[in-house]
Amino acid sequence: MTDDIVDIRQLVKSFGATRALDGLDLRVRLGEVHGFLGPNGAGKSTTIRVLLGLLRKDSGDVRLFGGDPWAEAASLHRRLAYVPGDVTLWPNLTGGQVIDLLGRLRGGLDEHRRRELIERFELDPTKKGRSYSKGNRQKVALVAALASDVELLVLDEPTSGLDPIMESVFTEYVEGFRAEGGTVLLSSHILAEVERLCDRVSIIRGGRCVETGTLTDLRHLTRTSVVAELARPVPGLADLPGVHSADLQGTRVSFEVDTPRLDAALGLLHQAGIRSLTATPPTLEELFLRHYGDHIGTEEVDAS
Amino acid sequence: MSGTGTLLRAFLRRDRWQILGWALGAALLYYSQAVSVKGLYTTQAEFDRAAASMQGNTAFIAMAGPARALNTIGGQVTWQASAFGAILVGLMSMFLVGRHTRAEEESGRDELLRASAVSRRAVLTAAALDALLANVVVGAAVAASLVSFPLEAADSVATGVGLTLCGWVFTGTALVAAQLTASVRSMYGLAGVAIAAAYALRAVGDVGDPLLSWLSPIGWYQGMHAFSGLRWWPIALLLGLFAAAAGAAYALFGRRDHGSGLWAARPGPERADPRLVTSLGFAWRLQRASVLGWTCGLALLGLAYGSIGDDVGTLIGDSTASKDVFVQGGGSLVDGFYAVAIVVLALVGAGFTVSSALRPRSEEDDGRVEALLATGLSRRRWLLAHVTTTAGGTVLVLVGGGLGLGLGFALVTGDAGRVGPFVLGTLSYVAPSLVLAGLARLLYGVLPRWASLAWAGLGLGVVMLFFGPLLHLPGWVQAASPYHHVALVPAETFRWVPFVVLLAVAGALSAVGQATFSRRDLR
Repeated sequence: MTDDIVDIRQLVKSFGATRALDGLDLRVRLGEVHGFLGPNGAGKSTTIRVLLGLLRKDSGDVRLFGGDPWAEAASLHRRLAYVPGDVTLWPNLTGGQVIDLLGRLRGGLDEHRRRELIERFELDPTKKGRSYSKGNRQKVALVAALASDVELLVLDEPTSGLDPIMESVFTEYVEGFRAEGGTVLLSSHILAEVERLCDRVSIIRGGRCVETGTLTDLRHLTRTSVVAELARPVPGLADLPGVHSADLQGTRVSFEVDTPRLDAALGLLHQAGIRSLTATPPTLEELFLRHYGDHIGTEEVDAS
Repeated sequence: MSGTGTLLRAFLRRDRWQILGWALGAALLYYSQAVSVKGLYTTQAEFDRAAASMQGNTAFIAMAGPARALNTIGGQVTWQASAFGAILVGLMSMFLVGRHTRAEEESGRDELLRASAVSRRAVLTAAALDALLANVVVGAAVAASLVSFPLEAADSVATGVGLTLCGWVFTGTALVAAQLTASVRSMYGLAGVAIAAAYALRAVGDVGDPLLSWLSPIGWYQGMHAFSGLRWWPIALLLGLFAAAAGAAYALFGRRDHGSGLWAARPGPERADPRLVTSLGFAWRLQRASVLGWTCGLALLGLAYGSIGDDVGTLIGDSTASKDVFVQGGGSLVDGFYAVAIVVLALVGAGFTVSSALRPRSEEDDGRVEALLATGLSRRRWLLAHVTTTAGGTVLVLVGGGLGLGLGFALVTGDAGRVGPFVLGTLSYVAPSLVLAGLARLLYGVLPRWASLAWAGLGLGVVMLFFGPLLHLPGWVQAASPYHHVALVPAETFRWVPFVVLLAVAGALSAVGQATFSRRDLR
């Protein structure tokens, strides 16, 4: 509890008739990179904006560094850096000026890191805001955030405009930030990035958190795909509880099994004599689709 | 030119209400002159006398154009409306061209279009045709309104055709500006300079060397002498300049890269000045150009009024009606004239005040506030910095106007003694202007979507001041305008009470607006 940098409970926020957040819970622990997953419109940005005191909550409890982000916005903000999903810059100010502005309003920049980041991100700091591309605008905000002396990074889809090389520079710096004890809340729908960086993830949908935990925890909730070559056929595998879409062709079997049932299924295979075996853990993609699959196909309301 | 037709249809669809608005506005500008002139004079003799006195007024000639046949309705319409009509179509053309060329390139949407099956020049051609057609609509609306009045048909049509062609010329210059500059803001700046130069050349030419008026497309339009011996040949000049400018724009277009202008964007400083990194320093940096521009503009306007000197009596003529307007305060004619000049300067300057007070809203709408307010900068301090900039800027702009007025007067009469009183005169309007700023602030806090209604406050001030007495509106209606309460310095002596009360009202409105803003969601 005391370790929680972000602690949101039962957060509700409506815009007119639309209930954007409907009892959302989110906890980010000290020193972790927390992935915040969800499709567009799920409420990720709204949550972040409430967390930053830019929007006022309707009900629920929101704590940032143990304080109230609405009442103490400015003092709490000095301890964090925020990169919005869609960075807009002042047309007349150069990237370098904006980096200095945002950095110093947060309480200071690490001069050495500022120089290094500008070089690594290949950013021209003398260009005016209006002439930057989307990726370069994002780099300006990222340099300002990563060079700031803060405890928490709040990143709202920070790499959506970056090319893969710049993305890996970004990953490197986020890892470095964590290694120094920093905490990160990373909203994203780039699953590979989340898989690479995040210690824990929260999946949100329709304004509430539907799943939260480490990737291992979450994988546990889904199915593992198994393909095996056996010595003898296995009668009864298809009837085993938790086994799905089994395809038994003599001694060659492939099936999916609920991860908690994996042991029982493998036991059965073992009895039949395993010649070769591949077990694939669920990817984050599958986790994600498990929660959104029906949403993509139909407009049906989530009942889980 | 594959794709041009599709693009043109899409552009026209996007612009249809806007074009309709410009056309109605232009028709109203011309038609309302005809109506007001008709209602003003009961006999032709009275009309003749008024026309004779107007004819000698250099300031009016500089503002409107050569005085011809001012004792006819058509002559009055041409005189009063044509220069402003030309500016109107100039602005419309500039905005339409900018919207579909530079602004689209800046946002990156243009790239999407060009990547599809359209020819390289399709966007440029469609944008040009869009603006040209809009000018045809405006010209037709003006011609139709004058024919329906009814005024002489041929002259009415010429008035509309000339206006359309004026708009075509400014479409051409806007197209060139769009190729030279790399951003929509600088494109508007450059195209705006072209319009201003055309207006200024003819102003100087009309009161001085007529040759200069023949260097200006607005001068050519007025050189058609509609309703005073119509001649058509000046339209050849307008068509020729339009063709030259459009040709130049196409040639320049072929020589520049997508997304850039021929004038390369200059690099700026790599580091922020420490002064930029304070809330006030930053608000000032954002509004600096606007404050300085308005201050210079108002100083020039003041200079123009001031250079009329103490010769006011001759210019106004002996029309008792116009004298009544100026001496309503009870002072001398010169004092009365400058009191009205100061009010005009104050109302023009209030344009800065309202646009500056609305700046925080555009910052918020453009999404630039979010990242800023996620730092150690609090909402209260961010907004207060803009409030301070608006108030300080208003003082500067009004001082600029007063100084210009006083200097102009001193240059002509050799009497510098009026500089001080004129500056104090314009400064006394800080109070009502800040009431408008307070109104904008209140709306921004409570109903940000409707914050632009603050402009209506300024509109009310203008209408009440100039038409309130003429329309015999009841006192309480006139009193709704904050400008109504300020003493007409120098015709009247400065009154502290309304000044202080207005400042208090402004402060209260602003405080409520700021407090509400601190408590509402960011948009």
